[in-house]
Amino acid sequence: MRLEIKDLHVHYGKIEAIKGISVVVNEGEIVTLIGANGAGKTTTLKTISGLRKVTSGAIIFDGQDISNVPAHERVDLGISQAPEGRGIFPGMTVLENLEMGKFHRKNRKAEMDEDLDKVYTLFPRLKERVGQAGGTLSGGEQQMLAIGRALMARPKVLLLDEPSMGLAPQMIANIFRIITEINKTGVTILLVEQNAQQALQRAHRAYILETGNVVKEAKASDLLNDPAVREAYLGTGAHS
Amino acid sequence: MKIRNYWNLRDWGAGIWERANRPKRVAIAISTIILVALLPFAGASFLATPIAAYDAVLVYPVGVFVLMALGLNIVVGKSGMLDLGYVAFFAIGAYTMALMGTHTGLNTWEIMPFGIGFAMLAGVLLGLPTLRLRGDYLAIVTLGFGEIVRLVVLNSTWSKGPNGIANIPMPPNIGPLKFKLEDQKVFFWVVVTMILLTIWMIRRLSIRRPGRAWEAIRQDEDAAELMGIPTLKYKIWSFTLGAAVGGAAGVLFASKNLFIAPEMFSLNVSILILSCVVFGGIGNIWGVVIGAAILGYLPERIRFISDARLLVFGLVLVIVMNFRPDGLLPRKKREKAIVKKEVNA
Repeated sequence: MRLEIKDLHVHYGKIEAIKGISVVVNEGEIVTLIGANGAGKTTTLKTISGLRKVTSGAIIFDGQDISNVPAHERVDLGISQAPEGRGIFPGMTVLENLEMGKFHRKNRKAEMDEDLDKVYTLFPRLKERVGQAGGTLSGGEQQMLAIGRALMARPKVLLLDEPSMGLAPQMIANIFRIITEINKTGVTILLVEQNAQQALQRAHRAYILETGNVVKEAKASDLLNDPAVREAYLGTGAHS
Repeated sequence: MKIRNYWNLRDWGAGIWERANRPKRVAIAISTIILVALLPFAGASFLATPIAAYDAVLVYPVGVFVLMALGLNIVVGKSGMLDLGYVAFFAIGAYTMALMGTHTGLNTWEIMPFGIGFAMLAGVLLGLPTLRLRGDYLAIVTLGFGEIVRLVVLNSTWSKGPNGIANIPMPPNIGPLKFKLEDQKVFFWVVVTMILLTIWMIRRLSIRRPGRAWEAIRQDEDAAELMGIPTLKYKIWSFTLGAAVGGAAGVLFASKNLFIAPEMFSLNVSILILSCVVFGGIGNIWGVVIGAAILGYLPERIRFISDARLLVFGLVLVIVMNFRPDGLLPRKKREKAIVKKEVNA
């Protein structure tokens, strides 16, 4: 078991955003959290990466409770996040953005070329744009950059927050294809999505979140065929 | 057809610098330094300031403003934290000089490390709890800190309250160079040296890891943390370095002015220094230097119109910021970050 969340509670001030959820992510899996706006998907992810504080509960990574480890040290342990809204550095070039992904690595100089090559193989578009400022990229390119930058840290677990947000359908399909590819290289992926259709097709297992609680947990393929889920999250006839 | 922008002094200057080879660069740097060092001798020209002595104006406000603006630029320009209480560090430096200068036998140069040290210590103490805050909140806390320092010295007996501290010793002579009240050339050269040291320090840091980290923090703090950057540590470093420069400026100011009082360290100074940074161009060292020099010099130059000078001063600010919203010499275009609003989601 790579990552386990046990009875997690998270508060924004007095408002409880996460009301005791438990999630398990096994080595080599793609696990997806789906749910409507405000269900707590992004908060869960931010809590795993350390940007939000845990009120109670535990986050266990490789057998170690990391609930009190600061965010920047979690990167060293092997948790990387491509944040919601991509979070690229708009004033830095594509290359500088990718280099930032390695900021904490001890032997970053030795690894740099190899990992840049890997990212460029996954996202040939980034290589074409290497000297361009991040803020001037298209939405899809920015998402590629965000994922590529997260990969530069050689993560064991990659957290993806709505990679399909605001992208054209073709680009969404492209991004999800690459996510599967990344997973095949041995990176465990925890994916938060509103695009349930795509997410369930790509993931192994899925959790459905509603207002801070897990309401359903199942194999992704089962959920894809579950009438209630199709009704609520996929829309009628979305899966033919 | 592309319209050439003749107003783009930044790119024009950067172009010259980039085309120049090493010896040429050294020549440019040395001649600029010599020209600046000769400034006190231009007192008889159109630069002369009425009423105030020209060479004194070059030290304070001009030189000290440039120094402080450079220090504040580390905080505001490099790592993007709004500090409205920068005068506090200036005051701490000045009061260190005043108290130690009048109570111990130490001279200005021996007190300098103490002034810098105390300012840095204050920076760390203030930074540790408050740098977790962002944007407006940080601005308010620093604003409060600036006022607290002023009120403490105003109401304490050791600082002689509103009477201030007089008879602060002048710096000892450096060889043949003598510090004199009526001729402050040597003071000016000392300030210029300190400015050069500060610029050198900022440039060294900017191209190394701290510079990268600050840049990332300024553009997107959450993302910076996700890259594995210990953001709090780097923010405190930036804050403390800014404080150190402010402290150094304070020590020199006290030693030059020979008398300090709490009213010299009001909120106005913080705002004025921030104006210097914004007016010159946030984040660009040369912009900040020019901005601070102009804003320090201008009110003294037009002192002959007495109270109307403040009106002119304000007008200049408004006009310049209208035509050049990024300052006189803005930072490199692509470095301009779209500052992301803090979203609680």
